[in-house]
Amino acid sequence: MEFNLILVGLAGVIAAATPIVFATIGETITEKAGVTNLSVNGTIILSAMTGFAVATSTDNLWLGFLAGAFVGALVAAIVAFSSITLKQSQVAVGFVLTLMCRDLAYFLGNPFMGLSGPRVPPAFEIPLLSKIPILGTLFFNQDILVYLSFLLIIFANIYVYKTRPGLSLQGIGERPASAYIRGTNVNKMRYIYTILGGALVGVAGPMYSLSVKAGWKGTISGLDGIGWIVLAIVIFGGWNPLRGSLGAYLFAFLQWLGLVLQTSLPGIPSQVLQVAPFPLMILTLLLVNIGNAEWVDRTIMGLPENVRPAISRLLRSMKTNPPSSLGVPFENE
Amino acid sequence: MKSGSRWYRFGIQVAAVVLALVFTSIILLIAKAQPLEAYKNILVGSFSSIEAITNVIVVWIPLLLASAGALVTFTAGLWNIGIEGQITLGAISTTLVLRLLQHSDVSPAIIIFLAVLSGFIGGALWAALAGALKTYGGVNEIFGGLGLNFVATAMTIWLIFGPWKRPGIGSMSGTEPFANTLWLPTIPGLRLSWWSLLIGILALVLVYVLLSNTHFGLKLKAVGKNRKAASVFGIPTSNFMMSAFLICGGLAGLAGALQVLAVYHRLIPSISSGYGYLGLMVGMLINYQAIWAAPVAFFFAALNFGSIQLPIVMKLDSSLSGVLQGALVLFVLMMDGVRKRFEKKA
Amino acid sequence: MKVELRSIHKYFGPVHANNNISLTILPGTIQGIVGENGAGKSTLMKILSGFIQADEGEILLDDQVITIHSPSDALKRGIGMLHQDPLDFPPMKVIDNLLIGQEGGLFPNKRKVAADIKKLANQFGFSIDTEAYVEGLTVGERQQLEIIRLLWMGARILILDEPTTGISASQKEKLFETLTRLASEGMIVIFVSHKLEEIETLCHRAAVFRGGLLVGEAIQPYHTDDLVRLMFGKPMELGSRLGCHSEENVVEIHNLEIEDPRLHIRDVDLDVKAGEVIGLAGMEGSGQRLFLRALGGLLATTGRTKLLVKGHDLTHEPYSSYLKTGVAYVPADRMEEGLIPGLTLKEHFILTGDTKKLFIDQEESLHRTKVKISEFNIKGRPDSYVEELSGGNQQRALLALLNEPLSLVLLEHPSRGLDLESTIWLWEKLKERCKTGTAVIFISSDLEQILHYSDRILVFFGGKVSKPMLAAETNVDQLGQLIGGKGFVN
Repeated sequence: MEFNLILVGLAGVIAAATPIVFATIGETITEKAGVTNLSVNGTIILSAMTGFAVATSTDNLWLGFLAGAFVGALVAAIVAFSSITLKQSQVAVGFVLTLMCRDLAYFLGNPFMGLSGPRVPPAFEIPLLSKIPILGTLFFNQDILVYLSFLLIIFANIYVYKTRPGLSLQGIGERPASAYIRGTNVNKMRYIYTILGGALVGVAGPMYSLSVKAGWKGTISGLDGIGWIVLAIVIFGGWNPLRGSLGAYLFAFLQWLGLVLQTSLPGIPSQVLQVAPFPLMILTLLLVNIGNAEWVDRTIMGLPENVRPAISRLLRSMKTNPPSSLGVPFENE
Repeated sequence: MKSGSRWYRFGIQVAAVVLALVFTSIILLIAKAQPLEAYKNILVGSFSSIEAITNVIVVWIPLLLASAGALVTFTAGLWNIGIEGQITLGAISTTLVLRLLQHSDVSPAIIIFLAVLSGFIGGALWAALAGALKTYGGVNEIFGGLGLNFVATAMTIWLIFGPWKRPGIGSMSGTEPFANTLWLPTIPGLRLSWWSLLIGILALVLVYVLLSNTHFGLKLKAVGKNRKAASVFGIPTSNFMMSAFLICGGLAGLAGALQVLAVYHRLIPSISSGYGYLGLMVGMLINYQAIWAAPVAFFFAALNFGSIQLPIVMKLDSSLSGVLQGALVLFVLMMDGVRKRFEKKA
Repeated sequence: MKVELRSIHKYFGPVHANNNISLTILPGTIQGIVGENGAGKSTLMKILSGFIQADEGEILLDDQVITIHSPSDALKRGIGMLHQDPLDFPPMKVIDNLLIGQEGGLFPNKRKVAADIKKLANQFGFSIDTEAYVEGLTVGERQQLEIIRLLWMGARILILDEPTTGISASQKEKLFETLTRLASEGMIVIFVSHKLEEIETLCHRAAVFRGGLLVGEAIQPYHTDDLVRLMFGKPMELGSRLGCHSEENVVEIHNLEIEDPRLHIRDVDLDVKAGEVIGLAGMEGSGQRLFLRALGGLLATTGRTKLLVKGHDLTHEPYSSYLKTGVAYVPADRMEEGLIPGLTLKEHFILTGDTKKLFIDQEESLHRTKVKISEFNIKGRPDSYVEELSGGNQQRALLALLNEPLSLVLLEHPSRGLDLESTIWLWEKLKERCKTGTAVIFISSDLEQILHYSDRILVFFGGKVSKPMLAAETNVDQLGQLIGGKGFVN
């Protein structure tokens, strides 16, 4: 009985992580091409609002998702145009967009506040597979979005690491000049992957407003901050779609753990537990980055011979490396 | 030739402003509102009376402090997104001192002085945390600062509903207001305090002088432009980055202190009101040139205050000001890119 | 396949980088392209390989006029270029490097490609591990990989841009052997270099560039003096070794040890006399840069290292102590580490002046900047941003920024990107320093330069360091052997 409850809770964790998986994979693809789209937080909020508004007005769930993807692609296109064509700082443009999209969502979403809209159909069992003990409950009694996210994870990994265009994608983020002499139109591909990644981030919005946190409640929709977590998970995942997805599940799991523990720790206000992901985000970034710090090098050099190799190996194994040309504009000549 | 290109640059800037207005107008039309009416309401809300104008100045002060701070960190090449949290921690530290001393025999003037000082220190320390994560832990200041913003907000809420809650039950309206002997004196009948205004303007002037005319400022700029080379030049880059965080955090903390002492007279949940983010936007809009900070911050303050009219008069959300501010910065950035592209082709 | 260039012109703003270049290369030829930096040889190669387009003129392949739109377009027509720093993807596997840019379906057939590449590599005696990561290969191995890739993609004309920089003597031998063989099979090899000795040993013909013009052609056997006169317009003589060192020790190094993920340097002992010049030779990445940075206080040393400069113990001291003791570091990458783009010349001189006061003395610093600009003949104004200066002027600025007096100047590739005249000027300036008792330690990949200006030489190989050798008693061959790893004890 107890065990079953936990299992159902964990299945809920997988469902709750689904929008984050989409956004993480989207941003990973964008960054793999060498572009940082810092607008994720604003994009998710704006696409959540738009998706909800469109789905509610048209009474068509899928149009809502389409609208969300469109918003994400549009915002990403602005990032791409400003940084690739106009050579402006990606951080600056992304930051402005993330703030502006949020305000835009609150402004335009005003008439839709508190309305009840359509919702993604509930979970259904996949025949046979759902009968597998444990795994069946966890993975195969979910809603359609979750199943789509599984497909996305598999597809993204195969695409990036096994296919020819995927190898090119890695190439343009690592060393665009080399990709260029091999016939890749670097800036065109960067546009495509930025917009594609943005569309995936944009899908995450309606996943919240039409499923995971259904409805639109303006500033208290509880979406502010998720996009920043996504950006951190991309780093934590070492720019690998699979590792990034695992990061998303880990994050959702810890959030769930917080909720479960809340009942046994009544002294802590819920607002405090809600922000627990953020110190956690800082801590994980600290773990993956500390090996790069200069003082760490110096300290390790001063350590006795017998522990030095082990410690430096440990730090190196935690470290993740971004695509070498992330954020660097490319010009042939 | 020189003056020609200056006019050209000016024209580009005007075009960016026009585009931002066009964009915002389209948004207003989507929301089924008359753009001109909305702009008129914002202007009326900000400038129709002496009282309104002084209220704009009340918004301008924290924004001046945040912008001045942002300029310091921008100069060091840092994106201190944590200003928001640094304002909050300034407010918390100020409130802490006020609460500790409010029933003591210490004279109110000294309490206020200590409270302001504590706000400065609180903000500086919160910034130092983000700075240490960046400098010694390799955590990008955007993530460090942003995470700490959320933590700061949670801390405020915890204090308001927990240890510092009002007699009876805690509420979103904040802590129990302080006795008015502990308020920074305001102009009779208005919400504006000369003291706050003086601190805000003084901070910007000091930052301007620091960045344009001192060895410290030049070294900070060197660190911001090329950290590796700066360290080969013998500039202790980590110290300079930490100093930039401390100064910026201190100024943000002052803003928080003034919000408590001169505006709200208590700690409220959203004490930072987004001024931290807005300060960064001001810095970007003026292309990191301190000399333009005052007028642009004033304009932003007017938008913020004027847009409060929108929900009252037109049933629109006041977040329109954020849309317009964002559009302005975005189009100025983009038009700058367009100009560079044309200049390169010519 | 025959290549013909007809009346090629290329302008970069006011600079006429290629002025009416016409050149015909027949199949089976190794064509040398020589000239100083900025002579126009790279521009021409970029035009031929599709990186840029000529403003005027025609390119003919087998008597057909063609237009080359891009590097990949050039490769489709059989023209492949090997860049000085091979354009590959260091963090990726060799096999993935090959697959990027290869035409074909969604899922590449890795096994077949690997087999094809191994077969091709075997023909030339290269061993290529397709599962290795490129970042683990030496520059020489990466060149081999790139040559094989270009051949595999169907290149019949191979352009090599300064390929011998940073590779070992044995790899160079192998490279030359390969190129000779490719030419004997009817391919065209275009070999770009500013090293006459390489042109003389390898190339059937040589075209000499100067100031954007093709000033002359020569065929084997060459007369070195003629080539030199063509290259520089006049006979050139490198300045001579100074040899003015005293008996006083400026630097004492005991048991120096540096640990790096890839190299381990240990037990280096060296005393450097006042006014002495020491050259560090070795393939790039053999440890000489780590050594130089450690001496400059920019890299931590481990364990029992002891480092004294002018009697001050600087071991494990912070970088600032090194600066105070008069140690100066001049990095190779001027825009990355040497200068600060976005700051003006004057601002640079303010930073290297007395910065203890709070406020900047604008007038004094302007005056000082003007004096330095004229003394070091920098083409720029006090308010010029450093990124607007040419490479040579940036190097002059770097030298002008060095404080006086100094105990020790450390230079990474001081003449990189400079033409011969600027190089000679640079060494005159350094010699002035030596006369005042400053010791100089420098890295260069140019053995001639090392032999010419050093009093003593250290050779690095895979983290091992040779005993100091007297430059007067050694020669290029002996150095070349050591650089390739031959003759190292232990």
